[in-house]
Amino acid sequence: MQPAKDTLAWMYEKMVTSRRFENAIEKIYMEGKSPVFNMADGPIPGEMHLSDGQEPVAVGVCAHLNPEDVVTATHRPHHQAIAKGVDLKKMAAEIFGKATGLSGGRGGHMHIFDADVNFACSGIIAQGMGPAAGAALSRQIQGKPGVAVSFIGEGAANQGAFHEAMNLAAVWKLPMIVVVEDNAWGISVSKEASTAIQRNSDRAAAYGIPGHYIPGNDPLKIYEVAGEAIERARRGDGPTLIEIETYRLAGHFMGDAEGYRPEGEKDGLFAKDPIPAMRAKLLADGQFTEGELDALENKAQAAVDDAISFARASADPKPEDALTAVFA
Amino acid sequence: MENERKLTIARAMAEATAQEMRIDPSVFVMGEDIAELGGVFGNTRGLLEEFGKERVRDTPISETGFIGAAVGAAQDGMKPVVELMFVDFFGVCFDAIYNLMAKNTYFSGGKFNVPMVLMTSTGGGYSDAGQHSQCLYGSFAHLPGMKVVSPSNAYDAKGLMTAALRDPNPVIYMYHKGLQGMGWLGTEKGAIVHVPEESYEVEIGKAAIARAGRDVTIVSIAQGVHHGLKAADKLVEQGISAEVVDLRSLVPLDRDTIRASVAKTGRLIVVDEDYHSYGVSGEIIATVTESNMADLKAAPKRIAYPDVPIPFARVMEQHCLPNADKIVAAARDMCGAPVPA
Ligand SMILES: Cc1ncc(C[n+]2csc(CCOP(=O)(O)OP(=O)(O)O)c2C)c(N)n1
Ligand SMILES: [Mg+2]
Repeated sequence: MQPAKDTLAWMYEKMVTSRRFENAIEKIYMEGKSPVFNMADGPIPGEMHLSDGQEPVAVGVCAHLNPEDVVTATHRPHHQAIAKGVDLKKMAAEIFGKATGLSGGRGGHMHIFDADVNFACSGIIAQGMGPAAGAALSRQIQGKPGVAVSFIGEGAANQGAFHEAMNLAAVWKLPMIVVVEDNAWGISVSKEASTAIQRNSDRAAAYGIPGHYIPGNDPLKIYEVAGEAIERARRGDGPTLIEIETYRLAGHFMGDAEGYRPEGEKDGLFAKDPIPAMRAKLLADGQFTEGELDALENKAQAAVDDAISFARASADPKPEDALTAVFA
Repeated sequence: MENERKLTIARAMAEATAQEMRIDPSVFVMGEDIAELGGVFGNTRGLLEEFGKERVRDTPISETGFIGAAVGAAQDGMKPVVELMFVDFFGVCFDAIYNLMAKNTYFSGGKFNVPMVLMTSTGGGYSDAGQHSQCLYGSFAHLPGMKVVSPSNAYDAKGLMTAALRDPNPVIYMYHKGLQGMGWLGTEKGAIVHVPEESYEVEIGKAAIARAGRDVTIVSIAQGVHHGLKAADKLVEQGISAEVVDLRSLVPLDRDTIRASVAKTGRLIVVDEDYHSYGVSGEIIATVTESNMADLKAAPKRIAYPDVPIPFARVMEQHCLPNADKIVAAARDMCGAPVPA
């Protein structure tokens, strides 16, 4: 399964959008946080988990999804949200805690919800597994179209919710795809130190479902494997577990000194940055001209600039609005 | 002070644990990011270097597994210290905590003891939103069978940790992120105090009078104690003398100290960063009204977190949190002092 040219263009543009968005967030996050780094300060307070380097996973999978398909994502959600089509302006405003944000500032960066494209994420590890299985079950019972994709980190595959929901999805043949983003680290603990087997995709055997490991952080390979899994789920043939090697180019969260990384690891990862790699590939294959790719990058940058200006210019919520919207 | 040795709560916790590990080979530590990193909140720093990987273990992200494992190890002669990184995560592992850890001594008729310490971080105020900012200590204190402590300063932090490690019962050790002295979470200077080098215990179940006063009693724990102390500073300028009671433990609760203070002042304000309803603030007020109604010159007040999930946006979260100004306003109202213009 090879993506058509317009899909390739979309994938590249969304990868760049995600990266430029995070570059902007990263810079603004540091405003008001120096010389003393206090998470509470600046226009974007709280924890900030960047997904730089992990963009191929998001676009390779989401290229096959429609707004009706359901995605549950993690504490590191921006790339997935952007690829799923979450409104960038409202997402930026939510990350700034503004009244115009997706949730009026109640959620913030770890709680991005966009009902228009069936996207949700949350801050507790493997928490999206159950709800993704539930969305898939609901589609099955209602006979409605659509599949559910749960994105999780490799560290989350050691959480009980992962195994319980996997088994549920398999025993009920739910239209669900679990995508494990293997960035080799759960905060400071390496996959090797925490996980009994090398590849979480091998755990698919325990549920009698297909499991695939995709090395190399390669958007085209991800596109291919995810496409087959999603087709399979749409046909009613049940769930698939996919684990994808990807790279966390940033710290776990902003402010992470990353002393646990082996010397030189970061340099090696930057050398494999998937965005320049994709650009080079698209040019080498002769599918795109420099001008075409520049135009996609400019479009991505314009969308990011727009979203950030919107968020900056938006008003804070009213303090007392904190007390509203607890119940429907 | 001569030979002053000011430590943060984070360092005091690590020091107490290290001192106990030196004399008690059954103590070992496990949790996420507690070994190589020394804990996200710094409270296990240096332990891996001194005691090695056998006794200081980074775990997978498997709280039900490793907290359940701590229960089993505790019943088998070990003294595990386990960390639940944020108390908000208790949802994934509470069964091991309240149905096993807290009940097995009782269920077994005392044949099995469960001597373990569960450390967990609490508190908000830095815009970490609704799954990383809760206190939830009332939820633990509500359920029988586990002791619950939460220090407001480094001296108590060390002494409570030592006491917890020597206690034959399970102890939930809740440390407030805003008091941890980590810098990146802000620094409450009042929490960084002199800590003696030698090992000592602070009795679990004994409150402290953090500041003596005449007119109103402010009862709190952890971060709330500092709000109370700041309020007391402002109140004294306005002619109101406030007494601040630092509970230090919720289970057992030092009801005598609370009652004695209110018997003296006649007024009670409870400051509670946990949710308003069905929690610590109601329990403290009941402690007084059940026995000391005649002592009260005014209806008790509580300044607690409203019954809503914690919002991300700074203005919303700050609106909800207890603070010194809210305490001052409540105290003035109770003392019949005019609201200043
Ligand atoms: C149940 C639970 N335990 C611990 C945490 C704290 N925590 C946040 S992110 C993280 C590491 C997650 O690793 P992984 O799943 O690989 O995702 P990554 O951060 O690498 O994207 C941990 C332990 C949490 N949020 N929820
Ligand atoms: Mg990871």
